[in-house]
Amino acid sequence: MASFPAELKYTKDHEWARIDGNRVKVGITQHAVDQLGDITLVNLDTKVGAKLEVGKAFGTVESVKAVSDLYAPVSGTVVEINKSLDANPEFINESPYEKGWMLVIEVASAPDGLLDVGAYNAHVEAG
Amino acid sequence: MVPFVGWELPVQYSGIVDEHHAVRKAAGLFDVSHMGELVIEAPSAVHLVGELVTNDVERLNDGQAKYTVCCNAKGTILDDLIVYRVSSEKVLVVCNASNRDKIVSHFQRSLEGRAKVSDVSDKTALIAVQGPLAMALLKGAGADGRVEEIPAFHFTDTTLCNVPCTVARTGYTGEDGVEVFCPWNEDAARIWRTLLALGKEQGVKPAGLGARDTLRLECKMALYGNDIDETTTPFDAGLAWTVKLDKGDFVGRDALIAQQKEGVSRKLVGFEMTDRAIARHGWEVVDSAGSDAKVIGSVTSGSPSPTLSKNIGLAYVPVAQSAVGTTITVRDPARGRTAAAVIVKTPFYKRSK
Repeated sequence: MASFPAELKYTKDHEWARIDGNRVKVGITQHAVDQLGDITLVNLDTKVGAKLEVGKAFGTVESVKAVSDLYAPVSGTVVEINKSLDANPEFINESPYEKGWMLVIEVASAPDGLLDVGAYNAHVEAG
Repeated sequence: MVPFVGWELPVQYSGIVDEHHAVRKAAGLFDVSHMGELVIEAPSAVHLVGELVTNDVERLNDGQAKYTVCCNAKGTILDDLIVYRVSSEKVLVVCNASNRDKIVSHFQRSLEGRAKVSDVSDKTALIAVQGPLAMALLKGAGADGRVEEIPAFHFTDTTLCNVPCTVARTGYTGEDGVEVFCPWNEDAARIWRTLLALGKEQGVKPAGLGARDTLRLECKMALYGNDIDETTTPFDAGLAWTVKLDKGDFVGRDALIAQQKEGVSRKLVGFEMTDRAIARHGWEVVDSAGSDAKVIGSVTSGSPSPTLSKNIGLAYVPVAQSAVGTTITVRDPARGRTAAAVIVKTPFYKRSK
């Protein structure tokens, strides 16, 4: 069982969110990575300046066998995209919370509805 | 583990890519005991089986096996099989687990009163040992020297760990290797553990369904339910080499003769993605990237290729657009996303002898 960083917030779809003022960095959790296996392709179907709505798909992450949609954990404007994942999708396997980040979303107000680490742990354990 | 027609099957052990490379470079062990095994017994068993399959199994010698498809009267594929001639009076047929009930009843009905058809699947374990180290592993487990000399698509009886087994030089990975039929009991588990322990140092690994799929795809071996099914004929699927129309009558022959006269309208081709995408089973082949594009074909298999580091797949396309080098557009119907691919020569991978 993976242990999840306490400083992050989470969604039930296994995205994490690192909230830093009005900037929210987004990726997928170790649990999602474990479920997917070797990640071979990341498709971030958005661009800098695009508006994202919480819960809406912003791309896919694919392993040899599986395709998984990525959902925005917060509403806001995309201000950064991790382009290095195009050539190095394995960053997500190696380092899901650091090198494997996907987007930075600028939010208008403090996001709500995210899970803290305890709630996320409980969600994962409940399967 | 995933449920599959009543079996719990491992998709992966150490990871699909890791297991895939282990098979290409060392060896992998696959537990494929879910496969169906039928024994057909009759005075001329091989000729009776020949009435139900497209390939000329009538010409097999004792100890020899052949890949074939089994068609219905429409000439479409009920299953793909390996037919093993044990003797003139006894034939073993291995079918897909998902088609076991269908094939057992098809054989029993068709050969009623003429042959005894027994479903021995539940008594039979099947371990595929695939990769360059496969033969060395078998010798290590006590197989006699003859095992190494079995030519491809031949089989022999031997013992592994003092357990009587049948070893066939067949497989579904494109590597040298064997499939071991042994009794469905603790002996099978002992053989599995012994082979794994023998090869551990050299990188021999257990491999799951995920690697089995990527390995077979690189060699363009058809997967029933993906690339072939009851809507496809062997001619559509590029399996004409398994159809011997002049061998005498068999189920589906008339329909296949008619299709041969008319010519096929579509072909199963291999493609490589040129855009950054992985086309999967269920994607469409379309005639343009526009939203008003017409569907002209279908992707039947698709995956990253660990050996080639490319995204590859198989698709049915119209004959007019099936030449190697043709660019095709594929579309994910769930997301509406399109991507470009190019038709390439197959197999994608062929081992160097």
